[in-house]
Amino acid sequence: MAKTNSMDESYSAKIKATKIFRTVICVILCIISVFPFYTMIVNATHPSAVIERGIQLIPGGQLFKNISGLLERTKDVGTNVWEALLHSCMIAAPATILQVYFATFTAYGLTVYQFKLRNLAWSFIMAIMMIPAQVSIIGFMNFMMKINLYDTYWPLIIPAMAAPSTVYFMKQYMTGALSVEIIEAARIDGSGEFATFNKIALPLMKPAMATQAIFAFIASWNNLYTPSMMITNNQKYTLPMFVQGLRSDVIRTDYGFVYVGLTLTILPLLIVYFAFSKYIIAGVALGGVKE
Amino acid sequence: MKYVQKILKGWGSEIMKRKTVEYGKYGYIFIAPFFLVFLIFQLYPLLYTFYLSFVEYRMTQGKWCEPKFCGFDNFLSMLTKKDFKTGGTVWFDTLPMNSIKNTIVMWIINFIPQILLALLLASWFTDTVVKLKGQGAFKVMMFLPNIITASSIAILFYNLFGNSGPITILLRNIGIIDKNFSFLESKAATVGIIGFMQFWMWYGNTMIVLIAGILGINPSLYEAAMVDGASSRQQFFSITMPLLKPILQFTLVTSAIGGLQMFDIPSLYNVAQGIGQPGRISHTVTMTIKEYAFSQNPDYGKAAAISIILFIFTLAISLLFFALTRDKEPKQKHAVIR
Repeated sequence: MAKTNSMDESYSAKIKATKIFRTVICVILCIISVFPFYTMIVNATHPSAVIERGIQLIPGGQLFKNISGLLERTKDVGTNVWEALLHSCMIAAPATILQVYFATFTAYGLTVYQFKLRNLAWSFIMAIMMIPAQVSIIGFMNFMMKINLYDTYWPLIIPAMAAPSTVYFMKQYMTGALSVEIIEAARIDGSGEFATFNKIALPLMKPAMATQAIFAFIASWNNLYTPSMMITNNQKYTLPMFVQGLRSDVIRTDYGFVYVGLTLTILPLLIVYFAFSKYIIAGVALGGVKE
Repeated sequence: MKYVQKILKGWGSEIMKRKTVEYGKYGYIFIAPFFLVFLIFQLYPLLYTFYLSFVEYRMTQGKWCEPKFCGFDNFLSMLTKKDFKTGGTVWFDTLPMNSIKNTIVMWIINFIPQILLALLLASWFTDTVVKLKGQGAFKVMMFLPNIITASSIAILFYNLFGNSGPITILLRNIGIIDKNFSFLESKAATVGIIGFMQFWMWYGNTMIVLIAGILGINPSLYEAAMVDGASSRQQFFSITMPLLKPILQFTLVTSAIGGLQMFDIPSLYNVAQGIGQPGRISHTVTMTIKEYAFSQNPDYGKAAAISIILFIFTLAISLLFFALTRDKEPKQKHAVIR
């Protein structure tokens, strides 16, 4: 009896030690994840001379001076930080709405109706999921030049209507959330097909649409490659393109201004993330187990 | 009477049939916008890129030449170069091909530690014996870098590791690096830091995917293993790993395809005039496409050719993946049922 007791104790002590070890490692990883952003925010509140002395851990009082300095310095680059924020919103908001609405629309067509090409269309959507946009960018650029949409925001918005991975997610969700009986009941009540979709299917799909909307918005917001190929007018720059400018000779040695610029670009995302982190992480988990 | 019933029945099914056919039409209407936009804005540009890769289409002395068919010339100029000493042709040792090599190197040094750490953390977070507290907070913190604009992260690291950046100064003062060491002038440090940024941005994502995968494994398998006296290590290698294989393969492929398109971080971290520094070591394929399209003398033919080479690489990876998963899936289902 005494023996088993001491064994139990050594066993639970071992578990405790493992637990402490693992927690410490996780805390260190969390610090590594957050530290660069912390340094960035702290440095945004210091003048360049202080930043050059080394790592600062306590915020200073230069924040507003740095913001006005940044605005002053980037006056002639075409797009200032507020305009860049606005431009990114002008692209990301409609792109997100189109992407989520039409992905649900397409998934509805593939789930509810029986038609000849249904399985073919579905396999096709799965196949094109793997094709990255980067490989066709040269053709896209030339095509947009021909139809006079180059250097406008349209090429960054309209293609969002055909997002295969969002359709995939929506269809997976719809198969569980939408029953044929509800649709048939709506038909008997005389509801048209589009009205059924908008008034009955869409509300049922809300949770999935919200998750996908967050991802679509962040993806569009963070995109640098396509805008940097499609937009040449420096008065139309998006946020990541503005960030690119923080590396230019005009500004890059004024560290305080650079850090405040970075902070202003990252802050909206941090707010969105901490508000929705639960849904975002659940969405990542759902998206990953699709295989 | 029977006859009438039969007619009625037949009539009924006829109506039903006509109805389903009628509704079937709506299926096409519902999928039409997706396919229309896909054809115009994705498929056509892809085919157009194919076409451009076979024509000579560039600007010389400020003037665009008429596009004219040139066979595989664009591809040859991507794949080969002249050796001026011997006069022969050298295959694959060209700037565009080296940019593919650079991309693959930077992907590998990010992916291997990423998948190993993600697996380790996923096994910790799903351990039923040693239950970690605060998992929610850990996940939120570890996933955080993933959603932040990659361009901002690249500029942030450029400033942190710059010649007068806080981390450089700190490491110099502690004595870990030489007083004159520059992270930006070292090839190894540049490639390493770009790899680290990718790793740092993605391990949290991979971890969450793997946790979901592990939680999806039938718990009775673990219970049976525990009854048989299997240790956690044995359970991990004999149950978790084999059943996680499809998800691991999927992660590998999506990461490889995404990694080949790597652009934001290398194009902003250590560059001069759009060229990855030092000595082009951090120049990726997508940066090469942009380089040809936006140089002093743009060359769309060559830019398209390197795009198509990238496309072929991507396609090969996905086909390999589908070939691998096809024959493995039934086995996995079988194991779960047992």
